Amino acid sequence: MKILVTVKSVEDPEIKIKIKPDGSGIETDQMKYVINPFDEIAVEEALRLRDVHKGEVVIACIGKEDATHQIRTALAMGADRGVHVVSGNLLDPSVVSLALKKVITDESPDLVLMGKQAVDDDMGQVGAMLAERLGWGQANFASKEESLESADEKAKKPAIKIEGRSATVVREVDGGFETVALSLPGLITVDLRLNVPRYASLPGIMKAKKKEIKTLQLGDATSDTTPRVKILKMEPPAQRAAGIIVADVPSLVEKLKNEAKVI
Amino acid sequence: MSNVLILVEHAEGQAKKTALAGITFGQQVAAKSGGTLNLLVIGKGVGAVAAELKAFNVAKVLVVDGDAFENFTTEGYCAAVEAAAKSCKAKVIGSASSSIAKDVLPRIAARFGAAMATDVLDVVDAKTFKRPMWAGNVVATVELTTDVKVCTARTTEFDAPAQGGSAAVENINVSVDPAAFKAKFVSLKQIKSERPDLAVADRVVSGGRGTKGGDGFKLVEALADHFGAAVGATRAACDAGWVANDLQVGQTGKVVAPDLYVAIGISGAIQHLAGMKSSKVIVAINKDPEAPIFQVADYGLVADLFKAVPELLEALKK
Repeated sequence: MKILVTVKSVEDPEIKIKIKPDGSGIETDQMKYVINPFDEIAVEEALRLRDVHKGEVVIACIGKEDATHQIRTALAMGADRGVHVVSGNLLDPSVVSLALKKVITDESPDLVLMGKQAVDDDMGQVGAMLAERLGWGQANFASKEESLESADEKAKKPAIKIEGRSATVVREVDGGFETVALSLPGLITVDLRLNVPRYASLPGIMKAKKKEIKTLQLGDATSDTTPRVKILKMEPPAQRAAGIIVADVPSLVEKLKNEAKVI
Repeated sequence: MSNVLILVEHAEGQAKKTALAGITFGQQVAAKSGGTLNLLVIGKGVGAVAAELKAFNVAKVLVVDGDAFENFTTEGYCAAVEAAAKSCKAKVIGSASSSIAKDVLPRIAARFGAAMATDVLDVVDAKTFKRPMWAGNVVATVELTTDVKVCTARTTEFDAPAQGGSAAVENINVSVDPAAFKAKFVSLKQIKSERPDLAVADRVVSGGRGTKGGDGFKLVEALADHFGAAVGATRAACDAGWVANDLQVGQTGKVVAPDLYVAIGISGAIQHLAGMKSSKVIVAINKDPEAPIFQVADYGLVADLFKAVPELLEALKK
């Protein structure tokens, strides 16, 4: 079984984002970059699937030269090797899916895993766009019903069940869980409650240094690099007016009744 | 002149309340482009939904009805949306944001070579939209530069659609074979709740890590029931399995904007604030005076929730 996981390098979600004064983008000085948290969950699931089905986990990343750090992190978690398509920052989902199509056509994995969205642009488009371009089936928002405190989770069992050329995926949908049978090769995007990703161990980090990362340029992966979504301006959201701290429960009730008039 | 097609989701023979935001979005785009607005209903036996949608000032209600569409499948829905978009010559294809829209519409965008804007907050013109990035810390104005454009509309940002007229209902024959799909429907487990639907509730009471689950989260539920409110939760509460996953409020969960949002034992991570800071009145109860939730709260109470919530329940019952 060959599994390809895409990872995106994103601004650390714990760091407050500041917009440049001219609204052309965000401030990136001193910024720390991490693997998109959803993609980290995809890497973890791929490693667990490899434990059961053997084979290889390949990391694909489209991003700036520095994004090689995020590929190394995934390799330190246990992935086997990487493919880095070097590009500018914050690419358009249409272009990313075109470039990934080339990588996947070359690698021909049985399964592609990725996060359901990246926490920088919050678009959530690449998975389904890529599946369409490949002519593959898709199962988005893979999750599981068991909690992250369950025994199966503690035993690091994969939540995605693969038998023969079919994967059974439990999807988190509005109002519940939907189960689909996905033919392989297929594409799965993962949601938050699929697993708790492991940390890279020290030996893992040492080993990762020697693992292969193949590099190519964006233009080698797709001749069409024109963004379809043009970002005209970035601005901060409207701020809420400052609230007050009430002294105790009776004053809270009084405010809600007589000032906010919501009860 | 760009015609607009909006997919309208339904449940139990009615358009979903959250789906109405998509119709409003479609009305705004059609008004700005000068094109027609067309609605699409997909399912099995959806005549009543189609009849209800005739009255939303639209040109046509398109219906794809049949056994093959009884359950949601990506491939079935994509075939239906593609056929409907071609039938009404749509240049803008959209829907209210939902798990179905986020599954189907990017695939449709790739099929039509379209650019897509996710979670639109505001319509500037028929090709320019405002949308959130970085958990709502940035509002970007984006232009979709392709001939066909695809959007999902954030449900909290669009009021109820204008009503009027009586549009024609047109059936579209879409022939698909679910047995040949690459992703086949197996089963759906719906989580039923007696409480109001989180996404559209007027009042929401949410609990976080501070409730420590168990009895603490029961206090959240008791307060919700007193208010007739929906229950919401933070990622930590969902991860721990204290509540159903689909009650998570935040960047990657539900985005809500009720008249009253009560946050109990919630510190207020950026990702949670992204899902509730458009609420009209926000109340926060947390023992940590430094908790970021107090920066967005209209009324903050620095207190131990295990004492304050029972006291609040008593006071409200008076």
